[in-house]
Amino acid sequence: MSTLQISGLQVSVETDQGSKQILRGVDLTVNEGEIHAIMGPNGSGKSTLAYAIAGHPKYSVDGGSITLDGEDVLEMSVDERARAGLFLAMQYPVEIPGVTNSNFLRTAKTALDGEAPAIRGWVKDVRDAMGRLRMDSSFAERNVNEGFSGGEKKRNEILQLELLKPRFAVLDETDSGLDVDALRIVSEGVNRAKENTGLGILLITHYTRILRYIKPDFVHVFVNGRVAEEGGPELAERLEDEGYDRYLSGSAVTL
Amino acid sequence: MTDTAGTNTAGTKGLATADGETAVEVTGTGTRPAIIADATSRHGVAPVQTRNERFTSTDVHDFPAVTGREAAWKLTPVDRISALLDGLLDGTRYEFEAPEVEDVDISWVTRSDPRIGLAGIPEERASANAWTMFEGALAVTVGGEEHREVTISRSGFGREPRAAHTLIEAKPFSDALVVLDNSGPALLSENVEILVGDSARLTVVTVQDFDDDARYVATHFARVGRDASLRHVVVSLGGEVVRVNPAVTLAGTGAEGELYGVYFADSHQHLEQQVFLFHKAANTRGRVNYKGALQGDGARTVWIGDVLIGPEAVGTDSYEQNRNLVLTDGTRADSVPNLEIENGDIQGAGHASATGRFDDEQLFYLRARGIPEQEARRLVVRGFLEEIVQKIGYKPLEERLSAAIEIELEESAR
Repeated sequence: MSTLQISGLQVSVETDQGSKQILRGVDLTVNEGEIHAIMGPNGSGKSTLAYAIAGHPKYSVDGGSITLDGEDVLEMSVDERARAGLFLAMQYPVEIPGVTNSNFLRTAKTALDGEAPAIRGWVKDVRDAMGRLRMDSSFAERNVNEGFSGGEKKRNEILQLELLKPRFAVLDETDSGLDVDALRIVSEGVNRAKENTGLGILLITHYTRILRYIKPDFVHVFVNGRVAEEGGPELAERLEDEGYDRYLSGSAVTL
Repeated sequence: MTDTAGTNTAGTKGLATADGETAVEVTGTGTRPAIIADATSRHGVAPVQTRNERFTSTDVHDFPAVTGREAAWKLTPVDRISALLDGLLDGTRYEFEAPEVEDVDISWVTRSDPRIGLAGIPEERASANAWTMFEGALAVTVGGEEHREVTISRSGFGREPRAAHTLIEAKPFSDALVVLDNSGPALLSENVEILVGDSARLTVVTVQDFDDDARYVATHFARVGRDASLRHVVVSLGGEVVRVNPAVTLAGTGAEGELYGVYFADSHQHLEQQVFLFHKAANTRGRVNYKGALQGDGARTVWIGDVLIGPEAVGTDSYEQNRNLVLTDGTRADSVPNLEIENGDIQGAGHASATGRFDDEQLFYLRARGIPEQEARRLVVRGFLEEIVQKIGYKPLEERLSAAIEIELEESAR
């Protein structure tokens, strides 16, 4: 069984005002097939966790560890992490002019597998996956995310999740900016990916709304760069009723 | 990337001059995406000289010695092309290769050919020097109405200073693509005249894939007739100093000019293009789009784009842009779009210029999907330049150029 283990993780980010510590010791263990919801108010460090796992150069790890089945993830380059089985669905997917979606997907698949996918099967896989996500086939020949609406970009992230078949996926506010139809389609895609591959998921979200469609096994509440509370799905329900005020009141830190 | 864009639309009265200038020098060492283009607009500071009021002559002796401070030369390494500016040039015939193509005549003509001088007259000394010294012109004449394609391969210019004169005439209603495929050694100043007859459709592609030590300066003069269209593509990849300046006049009502360029400058390469598009007649349409990549210490590119919308050119629709992608430190890209509008009754005119470092967020996104760094870079740069390559509309050349860009990128990986 695959395990993504995060221990005592401390991360700072480079800003114009200098280095700023965001994560102050995070412990998390995600096993394959598990869904962990990471919730918390703005600025609590949820996205920083996502980027630190993926290896974004703007974030530096000052302490702690991330391992994937015992392998030191922090030693790996960004693309090595992806090839090891990690995937980040980004909150703001990047536009890449001049590179078509289909070329991008095939290049990524080839890099991950170490060999080019058989052309006929691959083309069909892409077409079917796009169909399930209600993406028009023209998106295959459009440049990556260029001119896509917010919802189309998120679907494109989930398309990649389904086609690239990682072992662990971090979904960074995939639900933000989606209307209810798109939210349902995207959630179905995530559930399908989990069903098909036994994917482990870190679902980062500000709202409980997406948890109606993607059922978490565990919920972790981030406050001020630490896990403030952990529990099962019932914790999400409580957050829906009470919000994050409970964690913030009495705290000297205002976010 | 950062954009500087100016737009002038119908409603401008009298003489209006929009002048945007972008000069970019990249010396930083940061790895994060950096905004490095700075644009300033100046109005009424410098005296306005309308672009088509420059002095012209076919005689080199009418031009004073070049100092390097002239508008036409201030961004060019004039010391490296002094042989072409001041010296005697060999204006005799040279070797070329071209297949037999129906409706296409390729032959040497004398200086007294009545077509010579119809498309334009030199505005600067290197061009005038070539004009003074050439003995015969290579004339490509296209007739008929079927679509024709011809590639003229020229690799035998040699290392001695040379002059050349080329004439490309598309007869009325003809439809052709003419490729000037230049390679090998060169120390050459050339004038290319392009005449596009009424209702003709002509694509001219000039490929500069010279040896590393080649120095080449060329001016293309084009005159586009009534309801005719010219697509002009400048591809500069190889050579130490390569400067190709297309000057296109949309002379007939309804004429169209698409001026494209793609260039890739390596270490110590100077690639330059000064583009001039003159909307002279009414209801003309112009599109200018040049894209370039720079990599390696001393890689240098210059793009100056002048668009002039004359007093008769009512209903003009014009847009010009230049984009540069900076891949490494130690490079410099100059990008200067200028737009002059001399009538108040146009459809629209705009210009844009952007020079940016390689976008690290794009790189991160691709790498986060498992694509190794070098391959991710290649994907992005190829995508950036491919837009222009795909405008050529001639598959064999498009594929060859894609492959050539690929080789440039592989050299960057080493």
